[in-house]
Amino acid sequence: METRRKASVHPYIPNMIPEVQRQMLDEIGVERIQDLYDIIPDAIKMDRLMDLPPALSEFELKREIDKLLQKNKSANETINFLGAGCWQHFIPAVCDEINQRSEFVTAYAGEPYEDKGRFQSLFEYQSLVAELVDMDVVNVPTFDWAQAASTSLRMASRITGRTEVLLPATIDRDKLMIIANYITPQLSYQLVAFNDPSGELDLEDLKAKVGPNTAAVYFENPTFLGTIESQGQQIADIAHAAGALYVVGVDPSSLGVLKPPSQYGADIICGDLQPLGMHMNYGGGQAGFIATRDEEKFVMEYPSRLFGIAPTIVEGEYGFGDVAYERTSFAHRETGKESVGTQTALWGITAGVYLALLGPYGMQELGQTIMQKSQYAADLLAAIDGVKIRLQSTFFKEFVVDFNGTGKTVREIHQQLLAEGIQGGKDLSEDFPELGQCALYCVTEVHAQEELETLAAAIKTACAIQVKEEVESV
Amino acid sequence: MKRIVRNHKVRNFHQAKWDEPIIFELHKPGERGVEVPQAEAMIESIVGDGISRIPDTMKRTALPALPEIGQAKVLRHYLRLSQETMGSDFNVEIGQGTCTMKYIPRINEMMIRTPKIMDLHPLQDVSSSQGILEVFYKLDLAMREISGMDKFTFQPSSGTQALLAMASIVRAYHDSRGEGEQRNEIITTIFSHPSQAATAVVKGYKIITLYPDADGFPDIEELKKVISPRTAGFVVANPEDTGIYNPRIKEFTDLVHEAGGICYYDQANANGLLGVTRAKEAGFDMCFFNLHKTFAAPHMCGGPATGALGVVDALTPFLPGPIVEYDGERYDLKEVGDLSIGKVRSFHGVAQTVLRSYAWVRSLGAEGLRQVAHTAVLNNNYLYHKILKIRGASAPYVKGNRLEQVRYSWEQMTEETGVTTEDVTRRMCDFGLHYWTSHHPYVVPQPFTLEPTESYSKEDLDEYINALQQISDEAYSNPEIVKTAPTRSTVHRIEDSSFDDPKEWCITWRAYLKKTTPNE
Repeated sequence: METRRKASVHPYIPNMIPEVQRQMLDEIGVERIQDLYDIIPDAIKMDRLMDLPPALSEFELKREIDKLLQKNKSANETINFLGAGCWQHFIPAVCDEINQRSEFVTAYAGEPYEDKGRFQSLFEYQSLVAELVDMDVVNVPTFDWAQAASTSLRMASRITGRTEVLLPATIDRDKLMIIANYITPQLSYQLVAFNDPSGELDLEDLKAKVGPNTAAVYFENPTFLGTIESQGQQIADIAHAAGALYVVGVDPSSLGVLKPPSQYGADIICGDLQPLGMHMNYGGGQAGFIATRDEEKFVMEYPSRLFGIAPTIVEGEYGFGDVAYERTSFAHRETGKESVGTQTALWGITAGVYLALLGPYGMQELGQTIMQKSQYAADLLAAIDGVKIRLQSTFFKEFVVDFNGTGKTVREIHQQLLAEGIQGGKDLSEDFPELGQCALYCVTEVHAQEELETLAAAIKTACAIQVKEEVESV
Repeated sequence: MKRIVRNHKVRNFHQAKWDEPIIFELHKPGERGVEVPQAEAMIESIVGDGISRIPDTMKRTALPALPEIGQAKVLRHYLRLSQETMGSDFNVEIGQGTCTMKYIPRINEMMIRTPKIMDLHPLQDVSSSQGILEVFYKLDLAMREISGMDKFTFQPSSGTQALLAMASIVRAYHDSRGEGEQRNEIITTIFSHPSQAATAVVKGYKIITLYPDADGFPDIEELKKVISPRTAGFVVANPEDTGIYNPRIKEFTDLVHEAGGICYYDQANANGLLGVTRAKEAGFDMCFFNLHKTFAAPHMCGGPATGALGVVDALTPFLPGPIVEYDGERYDLKEVGDLSIGKVRSFHGVAQTVLRSYAWVRSLGAEGLRQVAHTAVLNNNYLYHKILKIRGASAPYVKGNRLEQVRYSWEQMTEETGVTTEDVTRRMCDFGLHYWTSHHPYVVPQPFTLEPTESYSKEDLDEYINALQQISDEAYSNPEIVKTAPTRSTVHRIEDSSFDDPKEWCITWRAYLKKTTPNE
């Protein structure tokens, strides 16, 4: 029986067959493949093989990667209370099924004729988010919430012709870095203070800072620190009185129970889609959305793709395509609006699947479960000696736990929790030094009552160890 | 029985058509797609309904008008839409030149779908994320070797975002030297991707565009004229989207360096160069690779993706952070210093795609990567040679070999038959093939850009060539067949006049209902 030399042709590269290569080179009229590179000067050509680890077969690769990934501990193997922009939620199986479909995973830039399904799915995603935020225009997703916020602010600047934006002092410091990089050098920003302990925006500080050059007042509800703002309309009124636009960032998982910002004056709404059916993926699940009214002055300032519905030449057939494509940098390079390229479209399709599965009642129940569980958890923690909930406004799924009274740092407490198999909340002590030793805890619909009680017991123990150590040192 | 004759040169194809309603039309009050976890009875008895505490000003007063649909109906709907989408797994995807659609190894897709990746939180303690951090670090090492750069970040989640990060680094670098005000120009070329110019504008730069010389090379005499103390940077792809490699690239980067500018390299598409030549030796200070192109991660309908960004030592302080470091025992996330541009994307980037690309590099090794480049260039030149024999097709500029892609033109066919490259786009659907014209501006008339990559066999290439040959034959014999295409796609020609009219465009279903419901 004939045998073949191992790995002479790589499974991913069919045209490595020598006879086929010879045939193709003869067709071209070239002796060797290397001759096709004649245009590259020798001085910058590599004269050696790259220094990389040896190639692995599929079997070897799987074994190697499996071994490597065993070093990770997933949220399912711990109890996880981290949020801060990436949240652990229940993912319906149908979301996973659709988002791993080969057609969607490997599609890219097909035309509306060969990718009608992709265009329709994204049009439907836009339409479903539009109902959640009560706006008529939603874009194909941006990279993440921070990008969506950054672009919203630039849109506001172009619409108003002004160059300063106001941001809440409660903003996530990572998001602030992204926004600051994206808006400079053309735009500048100032932070508006919040009231401690209520957590509400300081309206007097806002009034003092808003002015004739304010393009936008940006605000988040719930805030990064978890609280629900009650003054949404007053902030809108102050912004609008100064001729500025009101941009509101929102966690879409809250919108089954919280009023959409469009109903308290928002001109532009943005947020992250990750809570709507995306796994955390070590932060790879983020995707941003932007929504506005259906007015030309807003639509023409989107840099993103906007998919619209239209008839075809056949009655009864839906067609789809790009709305106002000439806005984009694809069409106009440096004179287009900002820039557009690959973004996070598959997450948009997945978010659409999620909203279609949950429907109006599911979204309401989701919001309610999250609020019940997070309030229960906060009450348990607040009952521990030395521990309190720092901000007093009602919160949605995250809340600031204040450890200042325990005499221990957040880091020390976290080390104790890790030993118990618990990922505590995000340590705020560096990003918000004014809060001292505080952490942002996240509780969602995935947390069982028992897990919340385990957390409370572990924190209580961690604090008790502290007391004992103090006694011993005395 | 009779032998079944199968000798047609193009595929007898018809795309799936399900006449699928818009999802809102599936609404049936009372149906539901999934049950949401509920609070335990004891929790409810203690905290109540949880939502009464919401301030009245912030309570939602009417449910969102989302449809109510049973689970099987939702699944069926999206599966039908997926079947009406032609991903690169289904066709000979060589028609999206500049974007290297290549084979997506299934094993990689399986490996990213483990809780060990999907259910990791980006802020969890590094002691519990050593596996993924090792992947980041080891891909960084491989990228350094492939490019000659000294450090990579995987934070940018596309080529556009990597270009933005690079323009940001250019600005931060000059600011740190007190030259930020003075250096306000970025030089690029007309055959670069639109994002090169667009992202530099976002960072406040004036764009200077070089046009090609008679052979299609970036014009070095033009570069000498525009270079000045105002030059902040030079960004270019090489080969450009024409597939033409600029052999004088080192002279370009030397000239820019002499003027004090930073050279950054759009290597979104490095498919023809792996193991052949590197960014460092060509004189670049920074480059990026699209992992969703060259490194076999899928494009996912347009993301999420990764623009792996590498820099030379002198620019590492400006990288966005945190970056992954290894001390010989433990992988860690190191916060960056005051010179850093901060961040361009949340957290650490798209970890799944980093893993996919690491797996791909490991499955090929050094020799495999060089075979990728060699075979991609062989495939391209074979295709090039054959397409130039098709009536009405040409490839403007230099007549020698091209690297991994070519920008062609149907100018002659359009002049002689009236059939345009847009018509060809629609007709190619009828054969189950994707074909893309090019991005703007159309410097090459009636353009189309093909890039066969290493993934396709000679037979695959011949199938694509045969389809183009048939369309050319139709254009010269019965052009109406092409002009009225598609006839075998999911949809027919779209009446697209509404897309540019604010009174008519409908970007959501609710807007469609408002704009198409007659006034009472």
